[in-house]
Amino acid sequence: MATEILMPALSPTMEEGTLAKWLVKEGDTVKAGDILAEIETDKATMEFEAVDEGVMGKILIADGTEGVKVNTPIAVMLEDGESADDVASAPATKTAEAAPAAAPTPAPATAKAPEAPKANTSPDWPEGTEMQSMTVREALNSAMAEEMRRDDTVFVMGEEVAEYQGAYKITQNLLEEFGAKRVIDTPITEHGFAGIGVGASWGGLRPIVEFMTWNFAMQAIDQIINSAAKTLYMSGGQMGSPIVFRGPNGAAARVGAQHSQDYAAWYAQVPGLRVVQPYSAADAKGLLKTAIRDPNPVVFLENEILYGRSFEVPKMDDFTIPFGKAKIWREGTDVTIVSFGIGMTYALEAADKLAEDGISAEVIDLRTLRPMDTDTVIASVMKTNRCVTVEEGWPVASIGNHISSVLMQKAFDYLDAPVINCTGKDVPMPYAANLEKLALTSTQEVIDAVRQVTYR
Amino acid sequence: MVARKSTKKPNVSAEDLKQYYRDMLLIRRFEEKAGQLYGMGLIGGFCHLYIGQEAVVVGLEAAAEEGDRRITTYRDHGHMLACGMDPNGVMAELTGREGGYSRGKGGSMHMFSTEKRFYGGHGIVGANVPLGAGLAFADKYLGNDRVTFTYFGDGAANQGQVYETFNMAALWQLPVIFVIENNQYAMGTSQKRSTSSPDIYTRGQAFGIPGEAVDGMDVLAVKEAGDKAVAHCRSGAGPYILEIKTYRYRGHSMSDPAKYRTREEVQKMREEKDAIEHVRELLVSGGHATEEDLKAIDKEIKDVVNASAEFAKESPEPALEELWTDIIADAAPQNA
Repeated sequence: MATEILMPALSPTMEEGTLAKWLVKEGDTVKAGDILAEIETDKATMEFEAVDEGVMGKILIADGTEGVKVNTPIAVMLEDGESADDVASAPATKTAEAAPAAAPTPAPATAKAPEAPKANTSPDWPEGTEMQSMTVREALNSAMAEEMRRDDTVFVMGEEVAEYQGAYKITQNLLEEFGAKRVIDTPITEHGFAGIGVGASWGGLRPIVEFMTWNFAMQAIDQIINSAAKTLYMSGGQMGSPIVFRGPNGAAARVGAQHSQDYAAWYAQVPGLRVVQPYSAADAKGLLKTAIRDPNPVVFLENEILYGRSFEVPKMDDFTIPFGKAKIWREGTDVTIVSFGIGMTYALEAADKLAEDGISAEVIDLRTLRPMDTDTVIASVMKTNRCVTVEEGWPVASIGNHISSVLMQKAFDYLDAPVINCTGKDVPMPYAANLEKLALTSTQEVIDAVRQVTYR
Repeated sequence: MVARKSTKKPNVSAEDLKQYYRDMLLIRRFEEKAGQLYGMGLIGGFCHLYIGQEAVVVGLEAAAEEGDRRITTYRDHGHMLACGMDPNGVMAELTGREGGYSRGKGGSMHMFSTEKRFYGGHGIVGANVPLGAGLAFADKYLGNDRVTFTYFGDGAANQGQVYETFNMAALWQLPVIFVIENNQYAMGTSQKRSTSSPDIYTRGQAFGIPGEAVDGMDVLAVKEAGDKAVAHCRSGAGPYILEIKTYRYRGHSMSDPAKYRTREEVQKMREEKDAIEHVRELLVSGGHATEEDLKAIDKEIKDVVNASAEFAKESPEPALEELWTDIIADAAPQNA
């Protein structure tokens, strides 16, 4: 049967082109792959090949014709025994059919009134549980050790995690207990070992990849985002990446611009990732255990300054904290202060000082940034009508910006003042002690912001 | 067409030879059909055809065993067909339909089949190389003797993470075969213009990784080199590099200006080195198949490809709810 050859689309955006030159003439026999014509678009000249064998019956669009729309018939191919005359009388079968109809317009978002969100205030551990004092460092270390005892497929890799015992001693003694097969020193090659980690997670293992700091993970961010975060979606749900990337994040002290960046907002933006930034030792332990068990890639942002701080941690055999559950550290009525990670130190200190002046601040630790427990924040702001956010990261496109946006949409009528974001300053981190102090946010900035939103 | 002189005496059975012919022809016809559907607007975005390189994956799949893994970059349709993935599912993914391997959410460059141990389909040049070494790391850790074929191109061979991976793969003796498909052009930049030293297979020397160059237009040569590489890796001796010299007949993607090489160069390769013609010649001259037999195979392949195109057109677009699924896994994934 005669077949119409249609003007091809040779790029995703091509709508029309020039039929520059035919390289076959009527009556020629062509084989699949033979070049039929040259077609010009605004970008390039391209060769157009035959997809099937046959005889060139009739050329419908002459050399040099401009503005030929995609899918216009440009020639007719014949099969054995047909003649071009047949073509004139019988309509040819089109090889093309219309491209699939555009997807129907999605239904508009449901317009029903939003229900008032509720904070999840269930306790993280049973009341009366015996507590012990533990540093964040010990908490992280014990979380990994417990999970490695529980599951043979859990292993840790990174720079200096084994024989050196961890650049910040988070992996201390793991080599002795679990051996070199499961506690692996890598060369200084973040991009490569992050990729090997992701591949291993697809191969049936549960890697913990330690970055000496998250600053160095910029070398590996393609593997974290393009390979780990997106593959479950791109594979239609076939392949997830159960991997934890962890290490200290944000400023330490006097290490300058390249070692002091807070990546919370960067990673929190990426669908397919879990993003955790604990403040206390109990949260560090409970959330890291959850992270290791989670079937998704987890970005676990620690803080060097917090490593040595001690907190009360429940004495339990198996203690986990779920993702997406904020923690109210302090209840209050006049303002909601929202923070996470080391920002909590400023938030809590500010709340103490404000209390002395009779201002009652509710302090919320987000703990996980993706998923983010905005319900707890909204419920709190509906009560206090004011909000200040605190983080060490940069101000543009920050976590605080996101919370402000959520509050505008979900609690606009409850706000008695604009939300203020206390953040790091919009500068690379300076080295000089006085400038570094100025670049970070501070307890005083939080106090000032609260005074501003409470008009006191 | 002038059949090229065979460099290898076929030391495989007539049945195997016929199977290679069939497998290579399936890829070529499938890709021709994909090009056609692209021209009709049924396939969108990027579409990188494998035409010309068929002997590489067919030869190496012939050297693979059950349980071995494979991972590649974005010129991936041939790899999927060669490892036994369903042409219907591949074509329907190209058209972005529910019946595709990723239910329409991946597209040409992002397809996977854990069942066939095909781990993508990756769009970032070079990124799949550490990923492949990671799959091999898992096998070594789990204590089995499976190997991972990690395919990448001459272009990717200039990426830094490739050498980070060579270092760790050698250091940890990972069972990974680095398959460099050298088709001589990184998109439109010839190897001569992009690469200081042309023998990519020697680049493992600095890490103690053995490597060899292979005629990628000769499926028997590829199979033989594959056998050797697999034996090396499976024995626990660590990684191996195969630089397979091949040639892509079509453009880098569908929108390729074809200005960086001459039409004569392409034509010469097609006429003198074509891998499918080579096997066809061996089958006929060896008395293993008549023209009639081959015609029957051609017909059979054509039917499979046409059916895949029909399936890919008929399969519905994904339900709108699919936008929001598969972002976060709830249960433990079954990857192993």
